[in-house]
Amino acid sequence: MSSAAIEKPNRRDFLYIATAAVGAVGVGGVVWPLIDQMNPDASTLALSSIEVDLAPIAEGQIVTVKWRGGPVFVRHRTKKEIDDAVNTPLAGLRDPQTDQARVKKPEWLIVSGVCTHLGCVPLGHEGQYDGWKCPCHGSVYDTSGRIRQGPAPLNLPVPEYAFLSETRVKIG
Amino acid sequence: MSGSPTYVPKSALGRWFESRLPIMGLVHSSFVAFPVPRNLNYLWTFGAILAFMLGAQIVTGIILAMHYVPSATLAFASVEHIMRDVNYGWLIRYLHTNGASMFFLAVYIHMFRGIYYGSYKAPREVLWILGVIIYLLMMATAFMGYVLPWGSMSFAGATVITNLFTAIPLVGTGVAHWLWGGYAVGDPTLNRFFSLHYLLPFMIVGVVILHVWALHVAGQNNPDGVEVQNVERDTVAFTPYATIKDLFGVSIFLILYAWFVFYIPTYLLDADNSVPANPLVTPAHIVPEWYLLPFYAILRAIPNKLVGVVALAAAIILLAFLPWLDTSKVKSGKYRPAFRIFFWLFVVCCVGLGYLGSQEVSDTTTWIARILAIGYFGFLVVALPVLGLIERTKPLPASIADAVLAKTKPAEAAAPPASR
Ligand code: HEM
Ligand code: FES
Repeated sequence: MSSAAIEKPNRRDFLYIATAAVGAVGVGGVVWPLIDQMNPDASTLALSSIEVDLAPIAEGQIVTVKWRGGPVFVRHRTKKEIDDAVNTPLAGLRDPQTDQARVKKPEWLIVSGVCTHLGCVPLGHEGQYDGWKCPCHGSVYDTSGRIRQGPAPLNLPVPEYAFLSETRVKIG
Repeated sequence: MSGSPTYVPKSALGRWFESRLPIMGLVHSSFVAFPVPRNLNYLWTFGAILAFMLGAQIVTGIILAMHYVPSATLAFASVEHIMRDVNYGWLIRYLHTNGASMFFLAVYIHMFRGIYYGSYKAPREVLWILGVIIYLLMMATAFMGYVLPWGSMSFAGATVITNLFTAIPLVGTGVAHWLWGGYAVGDPTLNRFFSLHYLLPFMIVGVVILHVWALHVAGQNNPDGVEVQNVERDTVAFTPYATIKDLFGVSIFLILYAWFVFYIPTYLLDADNSVPANPLVTPAHIVPEWYLLPFYAILRAIPNKLVGVVALAAAIILLAFLPWLDTSKVKSGKYRPAFRIFFWLFVVCCVGLGYLGSQEVSDTTTWIARILAIGYFGFLVVALPVLGLIERTKPLPASIADAVLAKTKPAEAAAPPASR
């Protein structure tokens, strides 16, 4: 700033900058509602929890329930399925997580039914690990819903849930 | 371009109007007097075929929108209603559905034509890039249109394609929720897709106008890939020569279109889309529409989500860079013997990937798809740049007229092209 050639900022420069700054805030304020209107609306956000009766779900059975517009798997696991999941060494997993960290009661596995690859609904009791296999691009999940093969990067996420009683669970 | 006779309105009213809005003069210079190379072959009628198909999609689409209901509960039934109750509804719908396929068939021929004859090279780079933009818009439009009947394949397609965005680190899931208007594809998604499916074709119209404008600045390329030097010798007038030839090309194309619509209207449709969408079940064998299959095969060939999505996007985006990837000064494949071999290998890779994209995944299909994907990218980023440096091209004709006349008897060669 030592050069004499550079003029000192004057009052007009200040006015330009101030006008542009206020203008930018104004444009942003108008554009944001135009974008945000596409986000999930209040009625969608309101549908945040469901209750599931576990009594009719037999051992070995998987039930798909609808939560927030998408599928959630409720799987009543057999002894063998639990053992397989618990005894899997973490070292070989793409998204390492213990089975214990993914369940509240070992016989009930509750996971999102949305493949973490591109969102298809995997088919139960399929694939090498007898967990799930996705029909779309062949991702394979084990009996803990952990990703084992195929293009999906992550385990099937565990939604927030709580047991209300022995046979009732609240998802969301 | 020089040599085009200027438009002089015949009536007093015409002159009055022309001096206020010279639109007739614009039409005249673009579609009547416009000089077209005299050596164009039938591959050059696909521009007109595309323009026709765009018009056909807009007309049939607007009619369908009069009867269609964009709601997750009613959409499927409203399409059944169009098929069964609306007068000629079946016809309009089959025209629109098969029309999309015909549109893509034409655009693929048009694009391969451009690659074979080097039509993207200077001074047509902007023209080409506008074409790639049109192609992207076409894919977006067709994808959203396919979601509208709300069959189970519509739903699966919408889910898979929108989930491509979840591959973006950090913000991906937020972007997907924003696109869906919820936590999964649902009613809000269908509604906005309908709105956009209605909008995008008109954006295509806008880009097509720019595309044709750019074409009329640079002039058309031609099968010999040498530029027009002498308008008198090298070109003929757009009307009647190109107009009639285009009309003939469109007519032949219409026969194919009508054959699909009237004899095999469901050949390209997926039976699973006659089952209403169910968010809790994905059909056992999901496939996109045929015109997206090569890209789908590339996505599936790659075992990593992010890399797969990046490759899918790159496969399309790279096309925009063709003018700079291809280093050869010679435009037409006719004079590039080595390029020609690679060009056809590229076509084989594209068709092969398309076929594999329609098959169930197995280890074998995955491996073949990987090889073909390497071929696809190899052509664009290795073969094209390298060929231009090492290839020995054949001698180019001195002019378009020379190329044409070399084929005819010397006696006729002396005669100038038919009156212009
Ligand atoms: C809605 C889609 C399109 C329409 C209606 C359209 C229309 C046209 C028309 C009328 C012409 C002039 C006639 C001809 O040479 O065939 C043309 C030329 C051309 N188009 Fe397209 N086009 C479309 C899409 C595309 C796409 C997707 C590309 C490439 C990515 C493309 C690349 C070109 C090129 C390079 C030319 C100049 C060709 C030459 O003269 O050699 N166009 N287009
Ligand atoms: S969506 Fe499940 S593997 Fe691609």
